[in-house]
Amino acid sequence: MHGPAAKLGADNAAAKKAKLGVILFFVYLIIYSGFVVIGLYDPDLMGAHVLGKQNLAIVYGFGLIILAVVMGFIYNAACTRMENKMNNKQGR
Amino acid sequence: MTYDVSIWAIAIFITFVALVLALSFYFARKTKSASGYYAAGGKIHWGVNGIAFAGDYLSAASFLGICGMIAFSGYDGFLYSIGYLAGWVVALFIVAEPLKRLGKYTFTDALDARFNSKSIKLAASGSTLIVSVFYLIPQMVGAGDLVVPLLGLPHWIGVVIVGSIVIFIVATAGMTSTTYVQFIKGALLIIFSTILTIYILNNGLNLKPGGNYHKFVSVGVVFEDGNLAGTTDPSYTLKDIHTLDGGLTFASLERDGIVNWYKLSPDSTFLEEMLSATVADDGTKLYNGEPKSAGKFYQVGHLTKIVVDGEEVEETGPLGPFKFLSTLENTEIARFTRKEIKAARTTVWYQEPTPGSDMIKPGLLYKISAKAGANFWTKLNFVSLMLALFFGTSALPHILIRYYTVPSQSAARKSTIVAIAAIGFFYILTMYMGLGAAINGVLDVESSNMSGPLLAKYFGVGLFSLISAIAFATVLGTVAGLIVASSGAIAHDFLDKYLNRKMDDRQKVRAGKMAAFGVGIFAILLGILFKGMNVSFLVGLAFAVAASANLPAILFLLFWDKTTAKGIAWSIVTGIVSSVGIILLSPTMYEKYGLDKALAPIPLDNPGIISIPLAVIVLVVVSLITQKDNVNKVENYHLDS
Repeated sequence: MHGPAAKLGADNAAAKKAKLGVILFFVYLIIYSGFVVIGLYDPDLMGAHVLGKQNLAIVYGFGLIILAVVMGFIYNAACTRMENKMNNKQGR
Repeated sequence: MTYDVSIWAIAIFITFVALVLALSFYFARKTKSASGYYAAGGKIHWGVNGIAFAGDYLSAASFLGICGMIAFSGYDGFLYSIGYLAGWVVALFIVAEPLKRLGKYTFTDALDARFNSKSIKLAASGSTLIVSVFYLIPQMVGAGDLVVPLLGLPHWIGVVIVGSIVIFIVATAGMTSTTYVQFIKGALLIIFSTILTIYILNNGLNLKPGGNYHKFVSVGVVFEDGNLAGTTDPSYTLKDIHTLDGGLTFASLERDGIVNWYKLSPDSTFLEEMLSATVADDGTKLYNGEPKSAGKFYQVGHLTKIVVDGEEVEETGPLGPFKFLSTLENTEIARFTRKEIKAARTTVWYQEPTPGSDMIKPGLLYKISAKAGANFWTKLNFVSLMLALFFGTSALPHILIRYYTVPSQSAARKSTIVAIAAIGFFYILTMYMGLGAAINGVLDVESSNMSGPLLAKYFGVGLFSLISAIAFATVLGTVAGLIVASSGAIAHDFLDKYLNRKMDDRQKVRAGKMAAFGVGIFAILLGILFKGMNVSFLVGLAFAVAASANLPAILFLLFWDKTTAKGIAWSIVTGIVSSVGIILLSPTMYEKYGLDKALAPIPLDNPGIISIPLAVIVLVVVSLITQKDNVNKVENYHLDS
């Protein structure tokens, strides 16, 4: 058996971070599935104006991309806090 | 299409390649250890690694393929952008940190960390190699396509150039130089795509896409006894008439000794000029009735109507990003649809007026509405595509190995977020670049892949040269990453770990370089062999195989304690065999074999919806049967460690 390429310190926050990751993954999965379901069962709805003069396809599609970035930042902030607290040292 | 070669293009291209090679020389002197070769010593900064992720990920399929697909099929091309980006969510929330903790150099290391099993090593190194090779082929084909207009060289020389440069980069320096090449390329691609989008928005919508745009003529028709008998203009002579299934009638007319093809209007009152490619009796190919060199095979794609505030206008002037989309909704776009007239050995592309509102919602390519003729299988195909895109990203070996180049789990996480932000921003730009290409008369109907670069040419040769050189570097970088991943699978996973060849660090690096050389030569041959094959089709294949073979193994390893080594190995094998098998029996492949696509046993082009669940079922069943094996597994590599 071999270890990782770079030496890693013990990470007491690993389990909590993994749990948060799984929750956020399912949140995104549900929203992503919503897009697929609308495309499948009511494709005409994709052409309906929902925000100003933008249709649902644009708002939902761009929204999914922007949401991934926003959730990424939230996840990182939460993980960094957990690491600082549980590993008892300053952020890396 | 014929292209003029520009000195600028050649100069910029050579400068770019020289820069890449210089970088390789610099890092070559520093790479002495196996850790340096495969994982850049685990010392890359997360910011650099994040942009390098973007460089790795935004391959020929993203920049060339998606822009082209949006240009030809509207929003359905953007579905790939959404799916490719969503896949990163899986990478960030589920895979990044645990994988970083488990592995050393390769994806196989991570899978095998808890088991030390020969069957996992063999299955995982095999799947790494297969997915990487499937991914390599379209990159090489794309490189050949790019070199034709950029340098005026034949396709195969392009493939050989890319192959040789990449072998050189990888065989000299490994992951460090690959990372920095990807970093530079990823950053430049995003910067210049932003500049291109600013040009598009500043240009706005315009009925006349530039001075040289060809005006397609219409000729009145004469009917006798209900049959098309001639034209109202005596300078045209009617030569040939064909009516295809679906009721479309095409006719060829001769004028001044040149034969051109026309489509009968829906109300049967006039014939409308089209683009055509005909194989003559002597085997030569005529474009719009003349040899290719005559330059009569025009670039196309234009607006036929623009409505602003209820009134038709000629042009809109500069538009903001949201105004651009909402204004486009009230336009009509002439898309060029392809049809084969087999009896006349002719392919034609006719104008199909499409409402702008249809271009910015799904449905032109994937038939999901009843109006477009959707059925159970077309809908399942759509779901299957979205599933494979979502689960494919975090199962691609050349993406996974990048987690071993950073020093810590938190750096792995941060670099993934940088990647998501950079890639997400780029994918929003693809919408504008694709739509911009659709309406500015730049499309080459024979190669949708060139839509992005040709749009850049519309705005200036300098921008075209830069974008093309970056696109070429895109291919270069992705191929380098794939070859490192493949050489890792052969030299590290198979020779070192599976066969247990005793090698010191220097010999390991040597084995890696020799494997890189072998895979590189193989990739060159495949790139030449698969010329003309659709780039995005092959990339989709790689995603589906990766999602089926690798992802169930990764997820169950991380989240199900009862997973066994045999369960993982059999799941990988099932994923590979079922996904590749379904693709080989798909309607698209049947068409490529020259068979009737209706005869395909599985009417699905995207296999994920069948092969991913199948791999999961096999993993669960085999794991439950082989529970006694788990007594000896290595417990210290658990999630809580």
